[in-house]
Amino acid sequence: MSEPPARTSQAAEVWRRLKRNRAALAGGAIVAVFVFTALFAPWIAPHAPDAGDLGRRLEPPSAEHWLGTDELGRDIFSRILHGARVSLQIQLVAVLIALVAGCLLGLLGGYYGGWADHGIMRAMDILLAFPGIFLAISIIAVLGPGLLNLMLAAGIYSIPQFARIVRGSILSLKEKEFVEAARAAGEGDASILFRHLLPNAMAPIIIQTTLRMATVLLTASGLSFLGLGVQPPHPEWGAMLSNARPYLITAPHVATFPGLAIMLVVMGFNLFGDGLRDSLDPRLKD
Amino acid sequence: MPLLSVRDLRTHFFSAGKVVRALDGVSFDIAEGEIFGIVGETGCGKSVTALSILRLIPFPPGKIVSGSIRFKGTELLELPPERMRSFRGKEISMIFQEPMTSLNPVFRVGDQMREVIALHQGLGREEAWKAAVAMLARVRIPEAEKIARCYPHQLSGGMRQRVMIAMELSCRPALLIADEPTTALDVTIQAQILELLRQMRRELGTAILLITHDLGVVAQMCDRVAVMYAGGIVEEAGVVGIFEAPRHPYTQGLWGAIPPAEEERETLAVIPGTVPDLSQPPAGCPFHPRCGRRFEPCDRERPAMRAVAPGHRVACHLYPEGGVPS
Repeated sequence: MSEPPARTSQAAEVWRRLKRNRAALAGGAIVAVFVFTALFAPWIAPHAPDAGDLGRRLEPPSAEHWLGTDELGRDIFSRILHGARVSLQIQLVAVLIALVAGCLLGLLGGYYGGWADHGIMRAMDILLAFPGIFLAISIIAVLGPGLLNLMLAAGIYSIPQFARIVRGSILSLKEKEFVEAARAAGEGDASILFRHLLPNAMAPIIIQTTLRMATVLLTASGLSFLGLGVQPPHPEWGAMLSNARPYLITAPHVATFPGLAIMLVVMGFNLFGDGLRDSLDPRLKD
Repeated sequence: MPLLSVRDLRTHFFSAGKVVRALDGVSFDIAEGEIFGIVGETGCGKSVTALSILRLIPFPPGKIVSGSIRFKGTELLELPPERMRSFRGKEISMIFQEPMTSLNPVFRVGDQMREVIALHQGLGREEAWKAAVAMLARVRIPEAEKIARCYPHQLSGGMRQRVMIAMELSCRPALLIADEPTTALDVTIQAQILELLRQMRRELGTAILLITHDLGVVAQMCDRVAVMYAGGIVEEAGVVGIFEAPRHPYTQGLWGAIPPAEEERETLAVIPGTVPDLSQPPAGCPFHPRCGRRFEPCDRERPAMRAVAPGHRVACHLYPEGGVPS
């Protein structure tokens, strides 16, 4: 007896709809290039990211330095490639923290209701009441700057979004008859939560994960720009922008390229997330 | 000893300072291998009875306030929650009205069945899968292996109800509760599903508690029938007895409301009035405000269930203890 084949029908359907959405495809392509770059930066970067040549500082783009050099004579292109690595790392860890914590809180609140729900959702409301960047700054003020704390801060401030989305889905899903049927078949709470409810709430979670990658990247860059995140000499796009400030007039390319990188990748994730939303939404089924 | 014995079951719902007496003293027995029907209007407590037996009444707002439910001699209302769970799906299972939504849309039907089988029978993945396919074949699903790999949305309503029946019977429960199992289906499919339930009873010896408002289904399927009204049973008898000689005015009214096939009528017969508000039930017999034959004790005293013929019991003052109908 062979195992049933992998679930293809639904995925194929989503892919079919996604394929027709050009903006989503473009976003997906940007995300793919970004992830590829992050994974293979050491092998594709023409120069070491922190090897500076002070005799060749602030050079404009040339055949040797495609995007020019920065204030310490380091190759900007190589630094951007390595920066992708740092950014992806921050995004993955922060979104994972938010995803796991948010889904758990949302599941518990939505499923059990009552005081658990009240407690969790009011705590989420408190987190939401602060502007994101302010909340992240407060967390870093407590924990101190650095890569790990940056991930934590960006993760914690994304928890409410996941908690609210999951809770909302669970509230409607738990009234479905298949949940009652599962209970009538003797399944326990854990099985109902993780086998029946969570998989049915997957679509909004996937969309939120993608969109959140963009927000986290922006926040992380912003915090690094303010000197609260990744510390020099690590190549991080926000920190690169920050270092380039004094040379905006004399050597604008030093700030322009990291800025463009941030913009492109954020846009890529947003377009891809929006496209996913359209293709995963069953109401748009044709 | 009956398979299931329900005594004086009271399930109330508490909301907004009101107490809704959804079940107010329900008693009945189901023998092994028997098909027992519960009929009644919407809101009379049929489904609450089913959920109470499985102890699936959502709390809050609902609560079983008193009574006894004995299954194979075990008092279900006193079981700790863990033990109760091991009864659900294994000893007593339930199929629901809406086959379109009672299967989880994100799993293949075989995987869902496998989960329940593995839970109760401790089988490995491969064996549970084989058992699921075998059970699908047993409920006359052609190409069971293929259907097991389908998602619920790829199946028709009748097919899904077959899958539900297969799933619920896969652990060979002694009692299957079927809550309006055919209401959502086409008439031709209804007949097939009912026939399937009868076959399963014959082959597996499963007793069935069939909840319905369709008197045709009752006549076709049941060995014994209870008629419920406003949270209580008003009449209980063998299917022949209750169709040939209904005693309670409510039962007579229900039977009278079946439009006869041979004559043409301008208007359909109805029972005047509506089902009472169960948070403020009328004093005495709950049916008395709608009853055409009410007399002096009806609005004061609640009638008890009394035998009027062998195996035929009625709760109505028209049939006093040991006497003949007045």
